Amino acid sequence: MFAELPLLSVLIWLPILGGVVAIMLGDQRDLLKPFALGIAAVTMLLSFGLYTGFDSNTHQMQFVEKLPWIETFNIFYHLGVDGFSMPLIILTTISTLLVVVAAWEVIQHRPSQYLAAFLIMEGLMIAVFSALDAVLFYVFFEAMLIPLFLVIGIWGGPNRVYATLKFFLYTFFGSVFLLVALLYLRHVSDSFAILDFHTVALSLDEQIWLLLAFLIAFAVKVPMWPVHTWLPDAHVEAPTGGSVILAAITLKIGGYGFLRFALPIAPDASLALDWFIITLSLIAVVYIGFVALAQTDLKKLIAYSSIAHMGFVTLGLFIVFDIFANASTGSGAVLAIEGAMVQMISHGFISAAMFLAVGVLYDRMHTREISAYGGVVNTMPKFAAFAVFFAMANAGLPGTSGFVGEFMVILAAFQANFWFAFLAATTLILGAAYTLWMVKRVFFGEVANNDVQALSDINRREFWMLASLAVIVLLIGVWPDPLLDVMHASVEHLLTQVSQSKL
Amino acid sequence: MFQVPNMLFALPEMLMLGMACVILLVVAFTGSRRTAWVYGLSQLTLLATAVVVVWFIGEGGLTFADTYIKDNLSDLLKLFICVVNMLVLLYSQAYLKARQLLQGEFFVLAVFSTLGMLIMVSAYHMLTLYLGLELMSLCLYAMVAMQRDSGVATEAAMKYFILGSIASGMLLYGMSIIYGVTGSLSMNEIALAVAAGNGDETILSFGIVFLVIGVGFKFGAVPFHMWLPDVYHGAPTAMTLFIAAAPKIAAFAMIIRLLAEGLIDLQHHWQDMLVMLAVLSMIVGNVVAIAQSNLKRMLAYSTISHVGFLLMGVLSGTQEGFSAALFYTLIYALMTLGAFGMILLLSRQGFEAEYIDDFKGLSERQPWFALMMLILMFSMAGIPPLAGFYAKLTVIKAVIDVDLLLVALVAVVTSVIGAFYYLRVIKVMYFDKPLVDHKLEAGSTMQIMLSANALMVLGLGIVPGILMKICTIVFA
Repeated sequence: MFAELPLLSVLIWLPILGGVVAIMLGDQRDLLKPFALGIAAVTMLLSFGLYTGFDSNTHQMQFVEKLPWIETFNIFYHLGVDGFSMPLIILTTISTLLVVVAAWEVIQHRPSQYLAAFLIMEGLMIAVFSALDAVLFYVFFEAMLIPLFLVIGIWGGPNRVYATLKFFLYTFFGSVFLLVALLYLRHVSDSFAILDFHTVALSLDEQIWLLLAFLIAFAVKVPMWPVHTWLPDAHVEAPTGGSVILAAITLKIGGYGFLRFALPIAPDASLALDWFIITLSLIAVVYIGFVALAQTDLKKLIAYSSIAHMGFVTLGLFIVFDIFANASTGSGAVLAIEGAMVQMISHGFISAAMFLAVGVLYDRMHTREISAYGGVVNTMPKFAAFAVFFAMANAGLPGTSGFVGEFMVILAAFQANFWFAFLAATTLILGAAYTLWMVKRVFFGEVANNDVQALSDINRREFWMLASLAVIVLLIGVWPDPLLDVMHASVEHLLTQVSQSKL
Repeated sequence: MFQVPNMLFALPEMLMLGMACVILLVVAFTGSRRTAWVYGLSQLTLLATAVVVVWFIGEGGLTFADTYIKDNLSDLLKLFICVVNMLVLLYSQAYLKARQLLQGEFFVLAVFSTLGMLIMVSAYHMLTLYLGLELMSLCLYAMVAMQRDSGVATEAAMKYFILGSIASGMLLYGMSIIYGVTGSLSMNEIALAVAAGNGDETILSFGIVFLVIGVGFKFGAVPFHMWLPDVYHGAPTAMTLFIAAAPKIAAFAMIIRLLAEGLIDLQHHWQDMLVMLAVLSMIVGNVVAIAQSNLKRMLAYSTISHVGFLLMGVLSGTQEGFSAALFYTLIYALMTLGAFGMILLLSRQGFEAEYIDDFKGLSERQPWFALMMLILMFSMAGIPPLAGFYAKLTVIKAVIDVDLLLVALVAVVTSVIGAFYYLRVIKVMYFDKPLVDHKLEAGSTMQIMLSANALMVLGLGIVPGILMKICTIVFA
């Protein structure tokens, strides 16, 4: 059924055009919200077509579309997905649908522009994940900044202007080096196709410079310590939807960038510099874990926990070189990459759920200070059940998706170096500490004040929003195979690319 | 034996000259009673010239004893100059009227200045080039000075005139040195002489220094940029728009004819000079623009940084680089037109919307035009999917292809710095509350054309291929 339909193009342009129509509908129409919801829902359902039509036996790009775009420079409108990008696209469509649902009654100020920004954003993010042409990738990679900049700046908190400018300039600074790197790769490979970049021969020096450029670009996005400082600011000031998209998807673009660009294009440099990236990742896991412990603002706590969790992703991606050095079999390396991927997907859902949960509280109390809460479970029992569940998942409770990714990466890390695994495993303690302590202070105990006493439990919309996420988190937690199967061939292929020296 | 030169190659210029004389006569006989006629006549002149240019596209060659050229480059640039100036006149009309500046003289000066630009574009001889340059410049000096009772404008005009004259002097001096060494003023003969190795390279490079200084002055490249912010700031906004848009296209033609066609074999000499100019322009332009609270002044410094980018394409010395620079120039003209057009749109009787704060809360007062300004600002900052991004992409690609990685790095880092002040305009429009509220005074034609202008920046960002291809063909 999907064979003749240019599915990826539809997934990209349907929400973008939907966003434009939403702006034109204006704020007054009753039609606006159902329309936005419809577009997001249709896009999500269509994106499931990627999963059902996906052939998991091959690492080749699927659903490929290739049309000339800028002929002078041989730039193509070239799309396709493999086992890495396909799950991330589905993550994107699900998150966007939830953001639209979350905005329903909450956004009163210019709702048409708010919904339009997220729909356009959705199309751009899907395009980033499916672009196979370097210029196409870069165009969408950068274009994403515009809606997010406006979302934080218009609908954000009191300090939003500072936060959004910092966010924009930080990420823009990172990505211009990516542009230079891509143009340099075009110069040596005489093509703008990302897959051609994978095979071009490069000297070690060239690879190191390229890797550093990729590192600046993607480390800011991930974000890795020490270029993470924009994230807590952006998260705290962003509206709920902005935080969800930021945490669930834009951070993943950093991890995806490492998978798509850094590792296959510069394997020898990655080998030479893996100690550096592993060190940064471990600092993120351990140090940022402690920083999260000290937070008094709910969103800031989740933001720091995101940085710590994303540390696992970069750790998983770069320990493969140590595993190759130690073990004769590649099974540990497969575990590491797949663990990183599962961690990305799982963190996407869990962080989205956490931010939505904070949003639910914020809509009622208009504060994110942990000290303003206490005993919420007494007045919002249903909500508290969800929140505690997501907090457990965030802490890596077995049976939730949070456990799978972290466990796989830690297991793989043992094959690389005992101390890597040891330090990474501290997250099981730290993560549990900061999340559960937060849960205790916000949800349990006596009702802290009259505001909490006056809280009303979640309505049906919020219930289904959180329940759907809970189901997904649980499903991946107990049965991750459907997710692992689709990426397996791509992971194997990546490992052969990485293990072959380009020198 | 005397040969009748091929007049057809200069038909657009002759048409424009004839029409300029007609306009002059109409102005002389009707005084200030019939400015609407004069306005219509000027637009008609520009339109007719553009049509003639398009009509005779293709066939080309040298004429008037090899002093004049018609080629694809000249056709494209002339077309753009005419179209850009039509928009300039359109955008300026209401603004000038409100300030009693909508007089016949303005249109006479505008048409003669356009004629000067067309001559510059087609000049294939250093004296022809100089002739066109002076015709254009003298008209511009007078335009800036038209607001006689304004001290700032008069000061700007004086500054422009004196520094412009110095630049012309430098250029003439450089030309005379080149003439002294090669024995010719015609571009192709100079190129032949240089290729044959006639003349001392040291003296030639000495001459090139003065040529580059002259061109740098006209472009406003650092360190020859001092006049630019003051003139942009001091001149009435309509005049600023006129100076900022089309003359840069003509200046591009000048640098191409001089360096890329006449002195291409001495590229190793002028490349280093242009690298200095480009790098300094990008740094100074972008850094100083941050400190500006006046939008016109900010755009002046932003122009300086754009000139730096444009020179990057030229200095690479490849066909690809020249077409990249051409693409950049055209996109730049389009963006500048839109940005100053927006100031003109928001200005009204007794109020100049020239401070950044005047744009406060624009998204609540005028959501549509705030969106247009947003497109223009993001495009100037070089954020895809807007045209400004592809302009930067092509020039950066051009320098990377000739292994000037450091220049490329300076370019991208300064463009991050530059993003800050463009973002500030967007911040003011979208994140701040409005201070004042007022209706737009401009006519609907202007509103539609300004919207079309901004949407074109977006459209060229989504399908940049066609214009890029044209720019490549021109240099192929």
